[in-house]
Amino acid sequence: MNTFLIWLNSFGSPEKFHRVALRFEPWLLALAVICGAAALYLGLVKAPADYLQGESARIMYIHIPAAWMSLFIYGFMAAAGFCALVWHFKVAELMAMAAAPIGAGFTAVTLITGSLWGRPTWGTYWVWDARLTSELVLLFLYFGVIGLYNAIEDQRKGARAASLLALIGLINLPVIHFSVNWWNTLHQGNSINLFAGKSSIHESMLWPLILMAFATKFWFGASLLARTRAALLEFEAGKEWAQTALFGPRRPQA
Amino acid sequence: MRKGSVLSAFFGVIRRDALSLWRRRADALNPIWFAAIVITLFPLALGPEAAKLARIAGGVIWVIVLLASLLSLDALFRADLEEGSLDVMLTSAQPLAVLAGAKILLHWIATGLPLLAITPLAATALGLSPRALPVLLTSLALGTPIISVIGACAAALTAGLRRAGMLLSLIVLPLVVPVLIFGAGAVEASLTGASTTQPLLLLAAGLAAAVSLGPLVCAAALRLGNH
Repeated sequence: MNTFLIWLNSFGSPEKFHRVALRFEPWLLALAVICGAAALYLGLVKAPADYLQGESARIMYIHIPAAWMSLFIYGFMAAAGFCALVWHFKVAELMAMAAAPIGAGFTAVTLITGSLWGRPTWGTYWVWDARLTSELVLLFLYFGVIGLYNAIEDQRKGARAASLLALIGLINLPVIHFSVNWWNTLHQGNSINLFAGKSSIHESMLWPLILMAFATKFWFGASLLARTRAALLEFEAGKEWAQTALFGPRRPQA
Repeated sequence: MRKGSVLSAFFGVIRRDALSLWRRRADALNPIWFAAIVITLFPLALGPEAAKLARIAGGVIWVIVLLASLLSLDALFRADLEEGSLDVMLTSAQPLAVLAGAKILLHWIATGLPLLAITPLAATALGLSPRALPVLLTSLALGTPIISVIGACAAALTAGLRRAGMLLSLIVLPLVVPVLIFGAGAVEASLTGASTTQPLLLLAAGLAAAVSLGPLVCAAALRLGNH
């Protein structure tokens, strides 16, 4: 085994993971709050309103980073699932499954902010635009993974089955995206391209976007660690390290 | 064909499944009845106006075929799992992907092919332009095997579950979105006079990928559930 695998394996020990995660969590959360607050200040107060869409365009400082995260987390989930399938790391299994609800959440945020943004700009909450439709299918892919994981009683088997499904979905994702784009050009009649002709973005609008992208990444990290940690504690509740982690060094008196 | 060869195992699975399909042939017709009833529902819900029905016929038939193929997926590996023949397949000396491929092929013969056979009837009933019928049939012939392959992978993942029906749809439907888009899109293109070559070629490419990779993924999924 090469050093990378040995390192991964040592991280795969539930006890060590719990210890490391506990140390990193508050820092990630703090970074997320700081970046998020700065991004909101820059985006909502400092940045100029869009010359076409006015104040409503400010929702993009949430919408676009959330859309990035919805794809990023799917990729992360599939990568963790791959590690779980190939090397049978318990932590990787739980991580992939902990990422799924977070990704579904970001996808839902993207869809909701997108439809709220659509009301003032397109005049309707929903249009069957290529991006919106792809994002909706992505949400269903997340639901499939979460549903499969919850349906199988054996937690580890469920995590591995759902990981394989996530990998199948990852391969399918570009195909779905391409097909939906093709579908949209076929039915050209009602397609609206929001970003047509807007090739560059002003610096004052770029910074809040970048900061929010970092904030969402940090928040994902903190949330992922917390969720994985909770799942590990639940899964290994009978083990001594979990008892120590939950009730302190002294074992509770019966 | 030598006894004990990969080919004999492949055809052995097909013969066995075909026999059990024949023995309960009344059940095997269920997807057909389902499709026929749902096609009747559309004029009832939308009104008998011929122009409107003809306009949507291609898409409606595609959605119905998709849903009808899902119906029989639930049972694809369940019976084998319960009676133990899945364990025999898993421990068999023959590659599991080949055996899974045989099961997928038979699923397509049992559902995809009959649905294809009643499509001309359904298209006539809904008033689809005769010009578009060959395109509809070609797209279904290319698309339904992909649905069987993806569906079989999902069925393998959910084989151990008692009631997998809804979950199976939740898993399969987002994955077959491209098949539906290109299949129904080809029919739409033929109605509007656009070129149908591109969507049909893309479906054919999808079929090639599904047939070559699908059985391997399906075998991996079967192994996961039965450690």
